[in-house]
Amino acid sequence: MSLVLLFISSIFVHNILLSRFLGCCPFMGVSGKLDTAGGMGAAVVFVIMLASLMTWLTYNYLLVPLHLEYLYTLSFILVIAALVQFVELALKKLNPTLYKSLGIFLPLITTNCAVLGVAVLNMNEGYGLAESLVNALGSSLGFLLAISLMAGIRERIETNEGIPQCLKGLPMALITAGLMSIAFMGFNGIIK
Amino acid sequence: MNFMHVMVSPLALMGVMGGVFGILLAIASVAFRVHQDERIGKIRAALPGANCGGCGYPGCDGYASGVVNDGAPVNKCSVGGGNVAKIIAEVMGVDAGDSVPLRAFVRCKGDKDCSPRKLNYDGIDDCRSAATIPGGSPQACPFGCIGLGSCKKACNFGAITMQNGLPVIDIKKCTGCGACVRTCPKAVLELLPQLADVIVACNSHWRGPAVKSVCSAGCIGCGVCAKICPVQAITIDNNLAVIDQSKCIKCGKCASKCPAKCIKTDQSIKKLKKSA
Repeated sequence: MSLVLLFISSIFVHNILLSRFLGCCPFMGVSGKLDTAGGMGAAVVFVIMLASLMTWLTYNYLLVPLHLEYLYTLSFILVIAALVQFVELALKKLNPTLYKSLGIFLPLITTNCAVLGVAVLNMNEGYGLAESLVNALGSSLGFLLAISLMAGIRERIETNEGIPQCLKGLPMALITAGLMSIAFMGFNGIIK
Repeated sequence: MNFMHVMVSPLALMGVMGGVFGILLAIASVAFRVHQDERIGKIRAALPGANCGGCGYPGCDGYASGVVNDGAPVNKCSVGGGNVAKIIAEVMGVDAGDSVPLRAFVRCKGDKDCSPRKLNYDGIDDCRSAATIPGGSPQACPFGCIGLGSCKKACNFGAITMQNGLPVIDIKKCTGCGACVRTCPKAVLELLPQLADVIVACNSHWRGPAVKSVCSAGCIGCGVCAKICPVQAITIDNNLAVIDQSKCIKCGKCASKCPAKCIKTDQSIKKLKKSA
């Protein structure tokens, strides 16, 4: 599969939120406003890219030579958590502007399953470094796309007074997420 | 060898990884330490933590760093009022100055009985959206309250209720943060000193006959109040009476003579009279 196809398929066909259902917590939690959703999405792109690189290196240069592949979950979590903490500290010092826009979301992402999910997918599919990074970029952009769409829709739902009381807020967001997921199923079969 | 592989090497690997990351993070926390002014913490502790944004900064943390880093005034927190201003002034070593507690007031009496609608608005249930239609308002009076309650939604303290198409502000709950004032597209709401009991409850700059044609409770700019005021606190600005709150002695004479009954005297003036 060429890298371009992999890129497009990881954004649309195998959208990390709407097809693989990974990282649904921030999808519900921080999709109330468009600008916070955008900040969260950007932070996820940043972290998934870094984490994919680090976990690929960990897996191929540490776990495989030691024949300890089965430890991947534990070591990936360790790597990602330490990495996010480190990046947060470094950003705060080296780039306060970026820290202000991404910083508050970084701790939220530390144990996000979308980040771990992409790392594990890269490993399961046996991707090389370039494929891993392209898949990471596509998946995280897919996350950004889905959470921004969701936030835009939810902002409009907020002002809609016609929704029954029992469905206001989170229930409506869950139904919306389901409908969006069905819509994204339309991309199925475009790329095998 | 088998024992080595099954037990020792996984333990060793995870131990080494954990140890290395731990040491790296410890080094990073020292190397990348950001020196934060300790006064920020002290000011933040004194602030009420409502994060209402009334001071103009994004939340209490933003205001605390604004005071220390950007030299923001110490009396900006209307929720905390004078006490908080005093504490912040102490931390910063400056004079607190006067912090008059502000409250939001409604400058419109055009409820559903007084001011009719000129058209049925069926769009998004929000004043800011309704104010964008041609004519500026679904109400007959383009200056008055639209009545969809955006201010009520904006209030973080539950101080606003909508009654008969007009917001009613609970003075006890209102903190004067100004969230409703910033939300109202018609500038019907205004922040005034807490004890401003005599206010002109109209926002219309139209001439008398035009006001009469759209609202039975609007200020017609006749000037009776300005003539009767014993301290000359009232002026007529472009067909609308304006009360200078710093001069007003709360005698209530203007309210009793106003032909349109659009000068409001709130409860506390009666209390003042009772106690006098």
